[in-house]
Amino acid sequence: MNFNFSEEQIMIQQAARDYAQRELIKDVLERDATSTFPAQHVKALSELGLMGMMVSPDYDGGGMDTVSYVLAMEELSKIDAGTSVIVSVNNSLVCFGLEKYGSEKQKEKYLKPLARGQKIGAFLLSEPEAGSDATSQRTTAEDKGDYYLVNGTKNWITNANSASTYILIAQTHPEKKHKGINVLIVDKDSPGISLGPHEDKMGMRSSDTHSVMFTDVKVPKENRIREDGFGFTFAMKVLEAGRIGIAAQALGIASGAFERATSYAKERKTFGTTIGNHQAIAFKLADMAVKIENARNLCLKAAWLKDQNQPFGVASAMAKQYAADIAMEVTTEAVQIHGGYGYVKEYHVERLMREAKLTQIYEGTSEIQKIIISRKLLK
Amino acid sequence: MKILVLIGNVPDTTTKIKFNSEKTALDASGVQWIINPWDELALTRAMELKENSAGAIEMVVVATVGRQETEATLRKALAIGADKAIRIDTEPKDGFYVASQLAPVAGGYDLIFAGIEASDYNGAAVGGMLAELLGIHSISSVSGLQLEGGQITINREIDGGSQTVKMTTPLMAIVQKGIAKEPRIPAMRGIMMARSKPLEVIPAIEVDVLTSFESFSLPPAKAACKKVPEDQAKTLIYMLRDEAKVL
Amino acid sequence: MSVLVYTENWDGKFKKISFELASYAVALAEQMKVPAVALSLGKVDETELKKLGNYGIESIMSDTNENYIGLDNQAIAKAVAIAAEKAGANVILIAHSNLGKAIAPRLSIKLKAGLVTAIHGLPLSLQPFTVLKNVFTNKAVGKVLVHAEKKVLTLAANSFGSQENIVTTIINHFDAGLSNTDFATKIEQTNKVTGKVLLSDADIVVSGGRGMKGPENWAPLEELAELLGAGTACSRPVSDEGWRPHSEHVGQTGKMIAPNLYFAFGISGAIQHLGGVSSSKVIVAVNKDPEAPIFEAADYGIVGDVFKVIPQFIEAVKEIKS
Repeated sequence: MNFNFSEEQIMIQQAARDYAQRELIKDVLERDATSTFPAQHVKALSELGLMGMMVSPDYDGGGMDTVSYVLAMEELSKIDAGTSVIVSVNNSLVCFGLEKYGSEKQKEKYLKPLARGQKIGAFLLSEPEAGSDATSQRTTAEDKGDYYLVNGTKNWITNANSASTYILIAQTHPEKKHKGINVLIVDKDSPGISLGPHEDKMGMRSSDTHSVMFTDVKVPKENRIREDGFGFTFAMKVLEAGRIGIAAQALGIASGAFERATSYAKERKTFGTTIGNHQAIAFKLADMAVKIENARNLCLKAAWLKDQNQPFGVASAMAKQYAADIAMEVTTEAVQIHGGYGYVKEYHVERLMREAKLTQIYEGTSEIQKIIISRKLLK
Repeated sequence: MKILVLIGNVPDTTTKIKFNSEKTALDASGVQWIINPWDELALTRAMELKENSAGAIEMVVVATVGRQETEATLRKALAIGADKAIRIDTEPKDGFYVASQLAPVAGGYDLIFAGIEASDYNGAAVGGMLAELLGIHSISSVSGLQLEGGQITINREIDGGSQTVKMTTPLMAIVQKGIAKEPRIPAMRGIMMARSKPLEVIPAIEVDVLTSFESFSLPPAKAACKKVPEDQAKTLIYMLRDEAKVL
Repeated sequence: MSVLVYTENWDGKFKKISFELASYAVALAEQMKVPAVALSLGKVDETELKKLGNYGIESIMSDTNENYIGLDNQAIAKAVAIAAEKAGANVILIAHSNLGKAIAPRLSIKLKAGLVTAIHGLPLSLQPFTVLKNVFTNKAVGKVLVHAEKKVLTLAANSFGSQENIVTTIINHFDAGLSNTDFATKIEQTNKVTGKVLLSDADIVVSGGRGMKGPENWAPLEELAELLGAGTACSRPVSDEGWRPHSEHVGQTGKMIAPNLYFAFGISGAIQHLGGVSSSKVIVAVNKDPEAPIFEAADYGIVGDVFKVIPQFIEAVKEIKS
């Protein structure tokens, strides 16, 4: 057992922290207010190698472990989860899936530019009729010999507009149910793809979320990942990994709010002393600290299991459910500690609270995570 | 052409300073160590120069005087892009001691960068001392540096303005803010490559210190701020004249 | 034995710190029971040199070689070392200015002297030689022992003050014997700050932070500074944003200043900023955030809008002056 981070892991954490505290913070309120995509930041994060940080250097990635990824995601999310979700989707859904399951040719063509951050990816699973339930896909990929003909609509797609590469989950053999599902790599500029309007979200407002409509979109057969019918397994495996990213994001939102609340409690005075000296506030902070520490340990454990090539599906579900739920609790308390200041945008905690809410919903709601955990228990 | 950047290891600038119970040394528990901010800017500028030199600058070396725990900052310097790091294995005592330790390894460079001071003991000594020990020219308060051939164009701050001057190599440039816009953040690739770059550890030579800190104290706490309402701001000016007697 | 004080000039005129340094040298010499000798390098006329006599300097060595104007670090260090040998000095005093910082370390090596920079106050003891200096960027004070027989000290600006003490001064011509090859720094261009009070010289400094909202809003602040004969400064975000030049940035990584009066308008007072200004005698803070840490460091404060406060300050200063 060893709780020490390596010199490299600390360096990565510091690099992400430096970038977040120096650059992301500058215009985060404005981007939140105007729902502006952080294009400059994505470019800079690519240059730092954070957009494909876990991809092997053989495919132009950073070659870092998942523990480092958790540390980096926490730091970015302390300041701006709207940007960190772009990082998370690209790293743990798109790059992870391509590297683990893609063919050499697919990796060469699609993974490399994604790992370098020259291109961004999106993961298209959710549908209007079904959120993260991958078994009931209504989007179809009809087998036309040397290509698939795709029709249908995907919802709540992060990076929908900014991405160049889509990883699409679609049904080819409805009679086979989930065993008929395929996963296809789709160029976003393929004819027949159109986007719905930019979703006007409660939080994470700078990431671009749209629905994506497919009308007779031709996807070459060579863009199918693995064998016919592999899509469901792919989606499940990728979501297992993606949960670590979102868990770390939720952790960062919580610890960002906690840091702000702590420093506020040390500065703000009432009744002749700092509010931190009142037990009502001090105990709140203690409770928040314990929750954050628990969430961090769950995130790191899941990351460590993944790095050790051990099963991590349940661990990542626990991390995601717990971190998301405590992010909501901690940010709510952070607003409370700030009082009236907490309710205005300038103090950031109300934004963090809005961002926290999404972590309980996307990439599998907290309830879905409990299903995953409990099914494993009751097996 | 070769560049040497001197690296100091200092407590993070937001550290709350505490001393041991005898008040003779810093209480380093919980201190986060960083590259001295001016040294980090110097390293950033050195990397920019190397990248824009079309191969004319073959290597950027960083050197520090410190115990093993300072290797983390050297690794960071390597991750930022330095080609090689040198650590002289001893406590950095006073400025003379540090400069004397660096002198044997600092020869043969065309350009040496030093920060104008370190944010811990604010000595502002090592760069100038080392230049004197090496017998090379030095220029201080440097806020900009360009290289063209063997010619170095420097912007420096002087008491009463700024100057553009020309110098030749070898040169010690003692730099301050402005030498680079922002310290460079190491990229993942750099962090990965830092693993395989050389970090040479050299034993210290024997040198007597010329100065030492006997003890430290914290400045006395300030009296509470006297507040004046916004609409009576004028009275504050009168208070400055009549009470504080500074106008 | 003597105390040698290098009194810098700029364009033939002594700087304010030179008079402060002269006062310090005279006090230190008295404590050590040795004479104080001033050294002037460059073209300074007799009338100007004699001004040092207003601060107790009885003996001046003046080398009027014109090349000193190039502020070559190595050449000036060499000249001071030669003068120190000649004057039999065991303490050499230098300003903690840009030039002082540049030459003191070189000089200390030449003389095998112990160097202490940015000291404040007279030595606590001569045997062992003990002086105070701020460390950790003004967050603490260190007591420094100098073990070497010779000492090179740089004095923090505004830490001692200049004390008038009119004496008769003898000017001795001195030639350090430097040749043209000693001067390696070739000046291409000099941009003097004109019509403005130098930050390092200013008794009063008027400073603005992010709360000033943009470079276009600096006019009232500059008007106040002009009325007060004050220097202007800014916080780090302001210089980083390019609203004001880097030379105005005060704080841990910028300039450290110690004026008698420091006005902080719209500066929240991050620990790094406070480090650079906390030696100011009186700090006035104006900030709309009542929780801004600047109020912890300030002696006087107004919680309010800088744009409402500055015009009232201007009005009051005009009243006081009339």
